[in-house]
Amino acid sequence: MGRYVARRLLIAIPTLLIISFVVYAILALAPGDPLAQFAANPNVPPEVREKIRVSLGLDQPWHIRYVKWLLALLRGDFGYSFGSHSPVAGLLIERLPNTLAVVGVAYILGLLLALPIGMLGAVKRYSLFDHAATTFAFIGFSVPTFFTGLLLIIIFSINLRWFPFIYDSTLKVKDLASFVDQLKQSIMPIAVLTLFNTAALARFIRAEMLEHLPLEYVRTARGKGISERLVILRHVLRNSLIPVVTLVALGIPAVFAGAIVTEQIFRVPGIGELLVRSIGTSDTPVVAAIVFLFAILVVLFNLIADVLYAVLDPRIRYA
Amino acid sequence: MATTANVRKMPAAATADMLRPSRSLWKDAWYQFRRHTLAMAGMVTLIILILGTTIGPFIYTTPINGIDFGRAIQGPSVAHPFGTDDLGRDMLARVLWGGRVSIAVGITAVLLAITLGTAFGALAGYFKSLDNPLMRITDLFLSLPILPLLLIIIFLFRDTLRKLFGPEVGIFLMIVTVIGILTWMPVARLVRANFLSLKNKEFVEAARAVGATDLRIITKHILPNVLSSVLVAATLGVGGAIILESTLSFLGLGFPSDVPTWGRLLFDAQNYLDLAPHLALFPGLAIFLTVLSVNYIGDGLRDALDPRKGG
Repeated sequence: MGRYVARRLLIAIPTLLIISFVVYAILALAPGDPLAQFAANPNVPPEVREKIRVSLGLDQPWHIRYVKWLLALLRGDFGYSFGSHSPVAGLLIERLPNTLAVVGVAYILGLLLALPIGMLGAVKRYSLFDHAATTFAFIGFSVPTFFTGLLLIIIFSINLRWFPFIYDSTLKVKDLASFVDQLKQSIMPIAVLTLFNTAALARFIRAEMLEHLPLEYVRTARGKGISERLVILRHVLRNSLIPVVTLVALGIPAVFAGAIVTEQIFRVPGIGELLVRSIGTSDTPVVAAIVFLFAILVVLFNLIADVLYAVLDPRIRYA
Repeated sequence: MATTANVRKMPAAATADMLRPSRSLWKDAWYQFRRHTLAMAGMVTLIILILGTTIGPFIYTTPINGIDFGRAIQGPSVAHPFGTDDLGRDMLARVLWGGRVSIAVGITAVLLAITLGTAFGALAGYFKSLDNPLMRITDLFLSLPILPLLLIIIFLFRDTLRKLFGPEVGIFLMIVTVIGILTWMPVARLVRANFLSLKNKEFVEAARAVGATDLRIITKHILPNVLSSVLVAATLGVGGAIILESTLSFLGLGFPSDVPTWGRLLFDAQNYLDLAPHLALFPGLAIFLTVLSVNYIGDGLRDALDPRKGG
């Protein structure tokens, strides 16, 4: 087991190195100029522009910049943002809580809703509830999140005036009133992501349970005379959850990526919103850092999923 | 085929209990598929949507760029069934035209993805020496953060391609290529798994015994057996690709505003949600209906092509 984890870790490191290289190469070789805004400004003379270029390290060839960037990254230094002239790490830390609050709550809520929905759908297969749940799941992951978001805004912000449609990041939770405000502005972004997560997970849980229900160990459990409730909860559910746990881990990076869109709709000042904004202003250090952060998330959760699978399923042995 | 023809010549009563007319795999699948109500509904909807977007603009000839501030932001009416946008352009015409681009992107990108995926999967599954290197590449691609990468690639290379191929073709080629290159991996894994289990079967051995080359075994003997699962993955992939393209356009990083794809129409509608919710409603519903029907078709195909489900 220990050796298996070690080997997976050893694969993860070169993967991350290659991804960091690819991301940096794409950014460096692209035709855009990060100093285009200065170039367009006639008040900035060419020699000043050259000085800015040198101060940002842009006069060196890109492979040297890559090595420097990577070495700094290993020390936890993400570099300086071109746009705001502040450390990228600071920008990330400032925005991470907003993203985590929305994404995290939506994912946990999604899982909590999906478990009973998927389970009941499988146990009472082809019942009215099952049909309703399956249809809901199908619709849930066929609606793009940006359309659900706009629909919610039209219904709840514009027509009913229940919730504000722009997320106020300056809001501090001090008392009950501000807490209610925070709740109100978080509901819609969370609901959009929850709907999507619930749909995808419920479908998967239902399918997994259905695979297990006709198996022999279930018949044995029933034959022993234990109640149907215990058969489902203690035997079928536990076994069906093994692939679900890995799916939940694998899905986390995708949920972060999905948050890019949701944050854009509701103007939630999170990581995704920062990424889209920085791409628009050619703020290379910020873009590189965020894309690499996403890559780390993907690799990390792939690793976690594999290890969890090995821990949870004793049938799988690793040499 | 010969037996089917002979059977049909005989009196129906005599053949009925002798034998059922033989059905090929695809005919059998079609028979199963027809009984999947939602999949059939999805197919009818999709055909209507495709016909509407391809032939529609020839019948409904209102121009997509007819700017007229006198009739800006009007709700649905007889003259403009989907209303008009902030510049007074007819929304129905724009939604129809946009669907063309969105559906074309979805289908082309998936064709590219399944071609790449099938090639990688077939080679990795068939040749043992290629398995490890090709699967390492697949794993590497699976570790890429797809949406952020798509965003930066398109933003950075948009202007260059625009100059090379013109605004519409350039962006189309780029979006299709990038989506294709970033989404082939699941197909590769699927095809590889199928190849691994099929390549040791007797029929492959028989083919090799009569002297078939590797290329012939791959293309004529194994690949046809993999086709049905690739088809299911491809169908579901079209829905994903359409959503991905709309997401890019919605973030303002896809097609330019003069090419009204569904995602772009939603991006433009964002600022008028209070005055004109219909601007968001119609393109959004169009995306939703397309993806929903494609997903139901994929679901029906999976059931129909699954040999474990006898019919």
